[in-house]
Amino acid sequence: MDYSQFLAMKQEIGLLVVFLLVFLYDTFMPKKAQSNLPGVTCLFFALFTAACFCPCLLTNAESFSGMYESSAVIVTIKNILNVGVLIVLIQSMKWANSEMQIMRRGEFYELLLVTLFGMYLMISARHFLLFVIGLEAASLPLAAMVAFDKKHYESHEAAVKYIMTAVFSSAIFMMGLSFVYGLTGTLYFDGIANAIVGEDQLNVLLIVALAFVISGVGFKLSLVPFHLWTADVYQGAPTSVTSYLSVISKGATAFAFLVIMVQVFGTLYSQVWEWMLYGLIILTITIGNLFALRQSNMKRFLAFSSISQAGYIMLGVIALNTTGMASLLYYILVYIFSNLAAFGVVSAIENKTGKLSMEDYNGLYKTNPRLSFAMMLAMFSLAGIPPFAGFFSKFFIFTGAIQQGSIAIYVLVLIALINTIPSLYYYLRVVKAMFINDSETPIESFRSATSERLGLWISVGGIILLGIVSCVYNYLLDLTAPSDMFAGLL
Amino acid sequence: MFENILIYFVVIPLVMLGGLALCKNIKQIRAVAVVGSLALVGLSIALLLGYLEQRAAGATAEMLYVDSWSWFAPLNINLAVGVDGISVAMLLLSAIILLTGSFASWKIEPLPKEFFLWLILLSIGVFGFFISIDLFTMFMFYEVALIPMYLLIGVWGSGNKNYSAMKLTLMLMGGSAFLMLGLIGIYYHSAPEGGQLTWNIIEIAQNNAIEKDWQYFLFPMTFVGFGVLGAMFPFHTWSPDGHASAPTAVSMLHAGVLMKLGGYGCFRVAIYLMPEAANELAWIFLILTGISVVYGAFSACVQTDLKYINAYSSVSHCGLVLFAILMLNTTAMTGAIMQMLSHGLMTALFFALIGMIYGRTHTRDIRMMGGLMKIMPFLAVCYVIAGMASLGLPGLSGFVAEMTIFIGSFQHTDMFHRVFTIVACCSIVITAVYILRVVGKLLFGPVQDKHHLELTDATWWERLSTITLIVCVAAIGCFPNFFNDLIKFTFSPEIFTVLGIN
Repeated sequence: MDYSQFLAMKQEIGLLVVFLLVFLYDTFMPKKAQSNLPGVTCLFFALFTAACFCPCLLTNAESFSGMYESSAVIVTIKNILNVGVLIVLIQSMKWANSEMQIMRRGEFYELLLVTLFGMYLMISARHFLLFVIGLEAASLPLAAMVAFDKKHYESHEAAVKYIMTAVFSSAIFMMGLSFVYGLTGTLYFDGIANAIVGEDQLNVLLIVALAFVISGVGFKLSLVPFHLWTADVYQGAPTSVTSYLSVISKGATAFAFLVIMVQVFGTLYSQVWEWMLYGLIILTITIGNLFALRQSNMKRFLAFSSISQAGYIMLGVIALNTTGMASLLYYILVYIFSNLAAFGVVSAIENKTGKLSMEDYNGLYKTNPRLSFAMMLAMFSLAGIPPFAGFFSKFFIFTGAIQQGSIAIYVLVLIALINTIPSLYYYLRVVKAMFINDSETPIESFRSATSERLGLWISVGGIILLGIVSCVYNYLLDLTAPSDMFAGLL
Repeated sequence: MFENILIYFVVIPLVMLGGLALCKNIKQIRAVAVVGSLALVGLSIALLLGYLEQRAAGATAEMLYVDSWSWFAPLNINLAVGVDGISVAMLLLSAIILLTGSFASWKIEPLPKEFFLWLILLSIGVFGFFISIDLFTMFMFYEVALIPMYLLIGVWGSGNKNYSAMKLTLMLMGGSAFLMLGLIGIYYHSAPEGGQLTWNIIEIAQNNAIEKDWQYFLFPMTFVGFGVLGAMFPFHTWSPDGHASAPTAVSMLHAGVLMKLGGYGCFRVAIYLMPEAANELAWIFLILTGISVVYGAFSACVQTDLKYINAYSSVSHCGLVLFAILMLNTTAMTGAIMQMLSHGLMTALFFALIGMIYGRTHTRDIRMMGGLMKIMPFLAVCYVIAGMASLGLPGLSGFVAEMTIFIGSFQHTDMFHRVFTIVACCSIVITAVYILRVVGKLLFGPVQDKHHLELTDATWWERLSTITLIVCVAAIGCFPNFFNDLIKFTFSPEIFTVLGIN
C-alpha cells in the first residue's frame, strides 16, 4: 500500500492528532491537571484551526483511487467548520466545568471531535461508501452527546428521538444508494454521473433512488417534511450540544448535499430534482417560519428558526452556479457566527439562572445591557438586517440563485423573500422582550464567565465584520470561480 | 476616499455615534447631537454651494462628485457616490430635520443615549441612501434606515406603540422584499449580452439594456417596493399608526425624510432605469396614488387625534409626490421634488408643534383642547403657518409645489389623466377643510380645560426648532426659482428624449 496517499488527508490527520492528544490527556494526566481539560482542548483545537489556514493546503489532491478528494474549496469549508467548532468549544467551557459534567467532559470532547471527523469525510468523499462512513460517524456519536444531561428526562427523550431518526434516515439513504448501485454498478460519484448521462431514457428507479437520497440527507438538514425531530432534540439536548448540532452539523451536511446533487445527479437537474428541491425549499422556509412564530422556549424557537435558515441555504444548491456555491459557503459561515451568538447568550443565561423561556427575557436590557446587545445583533443578523453579516449572506444567496435566470427561480426567491417578513416578526419578538417589555422579576444583573464572554465577543465581531469587510466573500468567490463542477448542467 | 465631500455625510454620523458612546450625561448627549447635526447642515450647505458653482462653471454631467470604490469586486458591487440637484436638496432637507429633531427631543426620557444612538443610525441610512448611486449600497442604506424605527417607536413611543412599531417595520420590510428582488433582477439585465453587469445607476441608464419584457416585471417590483415607504394606497396603513405612536423627533424624521426615500427611489430607480415600462404601466399606479391623495385627505377630516390628522395628511401629500412622478414630464416631476421638500419641512414642523403641544396638554385629542391661541400664542401662530403651508397659501412652500404638479399634470390632454388630475386637485379643498377645522377647534374657540390656562409657551430650544423650519418653508415659497434651477438639470437625461416620452 502506498502510504503517501494519506498525505492528501492533512486536515483529517491533524484532527486525529488533536483527538488523540485530548484522549491521552483525559486518560493519563493526574487528577489535578485534568481540571484544565477544557482549556487544553480549546488550545489544541485553536492551534489546529490556525494551522489549517496555511495556504500550502490549498491544493487539489485525491487518494484511494479517487474515493477521497481535497481541493481549495473543500479545505475552506472545513476551515469554516473549524472556526465554528472552536467557538462552540469556547462557549461550552463553563458548562463543561459544571458539577454535573466534570466527570464526563472528556467524553464530550472526544465525541465531538469524532463527529467532526465524520463530517470531514462526508465533505471529502467521492465514493458513497466513504460518504456513508462519514455520515454515520457524524450521526451516532451525536446521539450520545444529546443524551449528555444524565439527570434530565428531556435529554434522554431527545437522544432516543435523534438516534431513531438518524438510523431511519440512514436506512432510507442507503436504500436509495442500493438502487443507484443496481442501476449503475458503481458507487463512485463520477462513475454514477457518467452512467446516468449514458442512459437515453430516464429510469423510474433512478427517480425513486434520488428521492430516497434527498430525504436521507434531508433528515440531517432538517428540511421540512423531515424536520419533526428537530425541535424536540434541540430543546432536550444540552445547549452546547444544540448549538453544535444546529450550525456545524447543518453546515457540513449542506455542503455535502451540494456536492452530491451537483457532482452525481447534476445532469438530472431539470428533469428530476429541480422541482423536488423547489418544493422542499418552499415548505422548509414557510413551515419553519410559521412554527417559529408561536414558540416560547428559546431553544425550540431557535430550532424552528434554524429549519427555515436551512431552506435559505438550499437556495445556494438550486442556484447551480459558482456564485451560488460561494454564497452557500458564505451563508454557512455567517450563520455559524449569528447562531452561535444567539446560543451563546441563551446558554450564558441558562448556566446562570436556568431560565429558557422567552418571557424570562423581558426587561433584560435594563439588567444585562451587553448580553441584550449581543442577542439583538444575533437576531438582526439572522433576520438579515444591514449592516450586519446576515444581510449580506441573504442578499448574496439570492443573487446567486437568480443568476440562473429562469422565471421559476424568480418566483422561488420572491417566496423566500416574502418569508423574511414573518421571520423578522419572530426575531423582533426577542428584541421586543429584551428592550421594550417590562418585567416584575427580570433576570438579575450578572457577569458571565470569561469563556462565555470570549465566545460572544468572537461571534459578535464576526457578525459586524464579516459583511462590511468584503474580502471574505470576495475570497470565496475567487475560490469557487475556477470550479468546473457546474459546466454544462443547465 | 476621504477627499470626496460626500463620504462625510456618513462619516460625521459615525463619529457622532462614537461620541455618544463616550457621553456620561444628558448635556453631553445634547451637545453631541447638536454639534453633529450642525456640522451636517454646514456640510450640506457647502455641498449646495459647491454644486451650484460647478454647474455655473458649465459641468454638464448628470451627477457630480462622482466617485466609486470597489467593495465586492467579483460581483461588481461598488461604494459608488454621486449627487445631482435632487440629492443635494434632499441632503439639505435631511440635515435640517435632523437638527430640528434633536432640538425637539431635548428632554427625551428614558434612556436618552440609546434614543440618539438609534436616531443617528437612522440618519446614517438616510444620508447614505441619498449619496449612493450603486443599487446595492443604496438598498443597504435603505434598510439601515428602516430598522431603528422599530426600537424608536417601541421604546419611546406612546399609545398603541407595540402594535404600530411591529406593523410599520413588517410592512416596510415587506416592501423591501419586493425591492430586493427587483434590484437583483435589474443587475442581471443591466448590460447587453456579454457585457459587464453593473449595479451603478448611471451605467445602467446609459446601457439601457433591460429588455421590455423584463421591465414589465421589474418595474412593478421596484415601484411597489419603494411605494410602500412612499405610503402608496393600499400599502399606506403603517403610516398613520406608526406616526401617531412615534416620539416627536422620530415622527419628524420619518414623515419628513424617510417617506421621501420612497418617492426618491421610485424616481431614481424604478422610472429612471425602466422608462418604457413606466410609460406603459404608469396608469395602474396613477390610480393607486390618486386614491392615496384623496382618501388620505378625507381620512384626515374625520380624525380627532392631532397626530393621526397629520399622518393622514402625509399620506395624501406623499401620494401627490408619487402621482406627480408618474406624470412623466419635466414640470410635474419638478413639482414632485418641490413637494418632497415642502412636505418634508412642513410635516416636520407639524409634528414638532404637535409634540410640543402634547408635552404641555398631555392630550392630542382636539375635542379636549381649545383656545390655545390665548394660552400659547407662539406655538399657535406657528401651527397656523404650518397649516397655511399645507393647504397651499401662496408665499409658502405648499403652493409652489402643488401648483407646479397640477400644471404639469394638465399637460396630458387625454381623458384619463384629466380626470385624475381633477380628482387630485380636489384634495386641495379637502386639505383646507381639515386644516381649518383643526385650527378653528384647537386654537380659537373656548378653552376646554381650565388647567390649560396655566400652561407656558415655547422654550428657547423649541422656538429655535420651529423658527428654523418656518424660515425654510417660507424660503421655498418665496424663491422657488432657486430650487427649480437646482433640480432642473436632473430632468435632461437622454433617456427621456430617447423614448420620446417628454
